[in-house]
Amino acid sequence: MRPARPASVVIAAAAALAAVTGCTEKSDAKDGDHVINVTATDDKCQVSKKEFPAGHVELAVENKGSKVTEVYVLFPDDRVVTERENIGPGTKQRVTAEVKAGDYQIACKPGMKGDGIRQAVKATGGKAVQRDPRLDKAVAAYRAYVQQQADETLPKAETFAKAVKSGDLEAAKKAYALSRIGWERTEPVAESFGDIDPKVDVREDGLEDGQDPATDWTGWHRLEKALWQDKKIGTREKDLADLLIKDLKDWQNRVGKAEITPTSMANGAKELLDEVATGKVTGEEERYSHTDLVDFKANVEGAQKSYALLKPVAKENDAALVTELDEQFAALDKLLDRYRPNPRSYDFTSYDKVGKADRKELSDAVNALAEPLSKLAAAVVK
Amino acid sequence: MTDTGSPSPSRRSLLGWGGAGLAIGAAAAGGAVAMARTEDDSEPAGSAIAFHGPRQAGIATPVQDRLHFAAFDVTTDDRDAFVRLLKDWTAAARRMTAGHAVGEGAYGGLAEAPPDDTGEALGLKPSRLTLTIGFGPSLFEKFDLTDRRPEALVDLPKFAGDNLDKNRSGGDLCIQACADDPQVAVHAVRNLARIGFGKVVIRWSQLGFGKTSSTTPEAQTPRNLMGFKDGTRNIAGTETDRLKKFVWVDGKDGPPWMEGGSYLVARRIRMHIETWDRTSLQEQEDIFGRDKGEGAPVGKAKERDEPFLKAMKPDAHVRLAHPDTNHGATILRRGYSFTDGTDGLGRLDAGLFFLAYQRDVREGFIPIQRSLAADALNEYIQHVGSALFAIPPGVRDQDDWWGRTLFSKEA
Repeated sequence: MRPARPASVVIAAAAALAAVTGCTEKSDAKDGDHVINVTATDDKCQVSKKEFPAGHVELAVENKGSKVTEVYVLFPDDRVVTERENIGPGTKQRVTAEVKAGDYQIACKPGMKGDGIRQAVKATGGKAVQRDPRLDKAVAAYRAYVQQQADETLPKAETFAKAVKSGDLEAAKKAYALSRIGWERTEPVAESFGDIDPKVDVREDGLEDGQDPATDWTGWHRLEKALWQDKKIGTREKDLADLLIKDLKDWQNRVGKAEITPTSMANGAKELLDEVATGKVTGEEERYSHTDLVDFKANVEGAQKSYALLKPVAKENDAALVTELDEQFAALDKLLDRYRPNPRSYDFTSYDKVGKADRKELSDAVNALAEPLSKLAAAVVK
Repeated sequence: MTDTGSPSPSRRSLLGWGGAGLAIGAAAAGGAVAMARTEDDSEPAGSAIAFHGPRQAGIATPVQDRLHFAAFDVTTDDRDAFVRLLKDWTAAARRMTAGHAVGEGAYGGLAEAPPDDTGEALGLKPSRLTLTIGFGPSLFEKFDLTDRRPEALVDLPKFAGDNLDKNRSGGDLCIQACADDPQVAVHAVRNLARIGFGKVVIRWSQLGFGKTSSTTPEAQTPRNLMGFKDGTRNIAGTETDRLKKFVWVDGKDGPPWMEGGSYLVARRIRMHIETWDRTSLQEQEDIFGRDKGEGAPVGKAKERDEPFLKAMKPDAHVRLAHPDTNHGATILRRGYSFTDGTDGLGRLDAGLFFLAYQRDVREGFIPIQRSLAADALNEYIQHVGSALFAIPPGVRDQDDWWGRTLFSKEA
């Protein structure tokens, strides 16, 4: 998980997922057709056209108001297609997005607050865009994987919750790390919703300003602390176990509808390694249970899945990168296997038993993989 | 200027005896260099130093204000992959030292992919950035290069008072980045490290500020963190003869691949700042063998007056570090001060990051450091990190690369 962040960052992450859609698509629209002039003032949000051809769309935004503003393109359900913040008074910015046929809203937010001043717009046509069918297949397969992970996680989470509710400390501890594997494998997709992650996977230091750990801290890590540090299960913990299941069901219901694109898959793989680099390698993630290596392994497996699906296309565009990634994935797998006696089990060495030098070795291996992995998106859309 | 410098006989004739002292020690050294300073010595601020040349820049080059030094371990056992990295590093170093961004730059590329360059040096001048690579003894064990390991690349002996931390010592290779702007130096090491992921990992690194020695004859001799002038008589980049004699490896010295190179000793020397600051002025001056204000050797009036060693206490630092005490042993120093916060006991973690270049450590650093076993200064300093590197010759042109003479099959 990540520490809680301002809502704007969550939105930006979602926008990134949506905005990259276009990279595999080429619009046939004539230049000019796809440019919409947006004039923002303190009380107006004027658009030069309310209908435009689907495909690549560019907003030429000019802020003629007195306040800093931001401009959004929104789906009907308020999901963000693309956005640009911090457009100062008197300045111009260009915002681009790939937009499918359908209804949208363009919102200007003077002062960068509230719901903004909205304009309904329509993307028309739906002229067939050239897409690489192999990438479509990869996205579909990854979507199925994400759903499968959520489906398989629920029973494991229920086992964990049941143990908590029956007050069985040992059984709960045993079930804890296993209940997280599916989540950890697909974390960037879960995070793209923004609201589920802070409920199920937040750490105490990730709470936002004004949140009270006693009442607002929920999810796995709150229970982790109860089990390993406080070593007791009370009414509150039992309620939290129920809440965790409720929130995970929400995840299970929605995860299949996430915006997934070839580049978000590639960058999601890299983000999984980033999760390892910032949270697991340091031992911050599982500070009470020290089950960091289980999360670590799951993050790597999730990244591997994305990569495997994108590999045929990436190989065509950048064979050297694929060779490098194969090598580094193998090296990291081998290194991780040193920390579990049985390569088929998720029984990993407790991370507090992993010394400083070994942690550096793990960190080096993560860097060795994550750096080339950051080039996968480019290789996919080249 | 280029790394070979342009000899200036008139200036050289003023440079007197050769010999920097050691580390902190080199408060030794007097000399008339200050008078030799002319306006044309100084590089325009922010200019670029030539990367290509028979010798690597960053050794005899006029010392810049800032340092980022990094020692790496090689993690790949694939020789071809390592050679590819050296070529990639050379290409990146060529661009960065000229003030350009790495690869295709820091912006303007594909929006979904990270840029080639990290971007924090955008808009900054080249700042006389030099990047210097060195190969450590342990590298030769890898890639089956033991028959090419120079004899002069010895394993340094244990010196009296050493308290070496292995996490600040050794390394298969090193990059010394010097620049007048710390951001430029840090940017360079960061980008090279990034290019190196998967093949090399940073083992340890050190930031330095306030050069403690100069390779340019100049009016102001830099002071170390003990407040003493340091390195008055260091070998200047213009002193072709002394560089040839004491710094550059000659063809007959050792393996042919090292011709035009040098050997670098890097030592992290922690200063016990607080106890030093409580030491009386008289004792401080006795320890160095110089006065604190002017920097004059004991019994003399001016910093650059010829020191009379016998007038100093037998354990005075200048006396023990001086070439006359060490059969003429002379090194080129490029040390920097460092301050890495505090040590958890409320004491400043500060000192000197000592960098010395020489033709052969067996005739340079080792005898001098042995002589310093009796140094009165040892009560106030401790060597906590140590490494030795063979510095290969320079990258000659656009087609050449760092380490070619060592790694080329035909070389």
